[in-house]
Amino acid sequence: MNIEALIASTFDGLMLGFVYGLMAMGLTLIFGVMKVINLGHGPMIAIGMFAVLVMSQALGINPYLTLPVIVVMGILTGIVMYFLALHRVINSPELTTLLATFSVNMMITGLMTVIFTTSPRGLDVTLGSLQFGQVTILGTRVTAVVIAVVVTIALYLFLYRTRQGKSIRAVANNRSAAELMGINSSWMLGLSFGMGTMLAMISGMLLATMFSFTVLTGNTLETKSFVIVVLGGLGNPTGALFGGIIIGLLESITTIFIPVSWVPVLEFVVFIMILLVRPNGIFGARSS
Amino acid sequence: MSRKIFTLCSLVTVLAIALAACATPTTEAPKPTEAPKPTSAPAATSAPAATAAPKPPKPLVLGFTASQTGAQQVASKKQIEGLQLWLDDVKKAGGIKLKDGTIYMPEMKFYDDESKTDRVQALYTKLINEDKAGFLFSPYSSGLAKAAAVVSEQNGKVMITAGAADDATMEQGFKNTFQLYTPASRYLTGAVDALQKFVPTAKKVAIVYEKDSFSTSVAKAVEPYAKSKGLEVVIYEGYDTGTTDFAPFINKIVAANPDAIIGGGHFADGTTFSKQLFEKKVPVKFVAILVAPPEPTFKDIGDAAVGVIGPSQWEPQVTYSADAAKAANLPYYGPSNKAFVDAYTAKYNAAPSYHSAGGYAQGLIFQKAIEDADSIEQAKIVAALDKMNLMTFYGVVKFSTEAKTHGKQDAHSMVYMQWQKDASGKLLTQIVWPLTAKSADAVLR
Repeated sequence: MNIEALIASTFDGLMLGFVYGLMAMGLTLIFGVMKVINLGHGPMIAIGMFAVLVMSQALGINPYLTLPVIVVMGILTGIVMYFLALHRVINSPELTTLLATFSVNMMITGLMTVIFTTSPRGLDVTLGSLQFGQVTILGTRVTAVVIAVVVTIALYLFLYRTRQGKSIRAVANNRSAAELMGINSSWMLGLSFGMGTMLAMISGMLLATMFSFTVLTGNTLETKSFVIVVLGGLGNPTGALFGGIIIGLLESITTIFIPVSWVPVLEFVVFIMILLVRPNGIFGARSS
Repeated sequence: MSRKIFTLCSLVTVLAIALAACATPTTEAPKPTEAPKPTSAPAATSAPAATAAPKPPKPLVLGFTASQTGAQQVASKKQIEGLQLWLDDVKKAGGIKLKDGTIYMPEMKFYDDESKTDRVQALYTKLINEDKAGFLFSPYSSGLAKAAAVVSEQNGKVMITAGAADDATMEQGFKNTFQLYTPASRYLTGAVDALQKFVPTAKKVAIVYEKDSFSTSVAKAVEPYAKSKGLEVVIYEGYDTGTTDFAPFINKIVAANPDAIIGGGHFADGTTFSKQLFEKKVPVKFVAILVAPPEPTFKDIGDAAVGVIGPSQWEPQVTYSADAAKAANLPYYGPSNKAFVDAYTAKYNAAPSYHSAGGYAQGLIFQKAIEDADSIEQAKIVAALDKMNLMTFYGVVKFSTEAKTHGKQDAHSMVYMQWQKDASGKLLTQIVWPLTAKSADAVLR
């Protein structure tokens, strides 16, 4: 085994893991607040990718400067999606909300396929690299990590230090009690969905600066998000972040030892094992 | 309540109609954007009877699917452009003429297969049964062509494939399928020879490939060949179709410390892989990647393209000509290489790739088969293709007549191109192998 390859892969996995974590945080935030399994998460990641593509290629904006636009766009899209597709069925059984978000997934994927086709796209972003022996750290990945960390900290400050954030947590904790305290739970649920969608779109934007993508890439990443969320514990944003890092490291490090085609198999073996042994996830509370 | 439901239904209906109206059908043949400049288009081999009144041309529907979207769209677009140019030339020449004065005017009918196998099979069935396509051309890529071949063979329709180099497809005893491309097993063996010439000290090679039908065929053939030449294959591993992050894979390659990397798959992965090899500053002197490098848009990755070698079915600098055919004791058919390159560049304002040349040659070989058969009967066309052994601007074309490998390409050979920079720093391609055909010396990375 080559130690430098291991170090290089650890760095690559760690850096990718932060973005994966951010991506899964959106999914787990929505579940944690409103108990909705959002199958529309993948297309939101794809919208983030294509939003940065359109803004950078058509309008000539630096991809990283599109971040504020994507933040606003994510929150608004999520709120609109919540009130159009979920609000009326939010108190229905989980299968109903799951099907509602699945419909959203189908509609957005179809619409995006009509507009953008399923052809591979890519952003020409180069931020240089640092080299230490065989270890090369790409500037695009370092920037993605910095943005992912900043967004995560901002999210926590919002949830724990602002009135709106505290209201969201109150609704997640006990919706009826929150309403009795005068909190508009519908608005808070919509805002939570907006925050989750925003996280999906930001992660899409960051992934677009690293890899080529298609309209369907979001759905592949949605599956990965589920693995991460289960690993970290459903409804636990911190767990999702660590889950993302674990999956990123797993993908990168195992490639050194086993054929690359076996990595997805290993990921899903982990997924099944977690469901069997610790269904609340590594960072979730132990089931009684 | 019912009023609300009615209003909602009305809104949905209006939206659906609006979306349907906005949708663009993709079934029409592409319209020529402008007339190509005069070329020495293939002249009809026989003139119609001089005294008889000219018969009106009969339509001849040629069916195929094109990957206008999806992973294969870049190469497929080039292939269709080449085919369209051939059609323009045939129309300009007045159609395909038989000895009895009958003239056939080819018409193209195609659909977007979205680069998906299941769509290919459904659409080729539709082309045969509903659109009454007389003859078929293949979609681009081995996987899609294999799917189309199943349908064409079941229906007894002659299909000429381009963009399909998989060996296994053509080793099933097909009767009506004819392969224009050099088979995959011969794609990268020349790269091994080139490596040993350009880097005589090379001892270790990494073979990495996309795990699809075509690329696996190439890798399976090049691995034993590399070993037979005394090279150590330090990595022999496939990656899934659609892979976008090669970073961990590249770390593994770097750890194996190869002198050369050989492999790849198709355009999207080949381009991303080359770019990430450059970004990761992988210290290998020789990189040969399938399919992507010969595409003109490969240069979009900038400096990452420099030094990358690609096997090519054809390049604009090739030296196939009437004189070369004479020297090889073969007949020459069709336009000269220069005429094809000039006409293509004038029409599309871009240089042709080997996919473009393959598309034109697809039509050209079909035209020659009809002229040789003097008929459009399927059996006679098959017999004419079986006998064919000629040179065109695209190279030598001859099909296997063995029962098991019937229709497999026997004579066409590859050239190897490399992206280099000229004195002004502009990216351009040069043929670097075989040495007898080289347009410049190879540049090591």
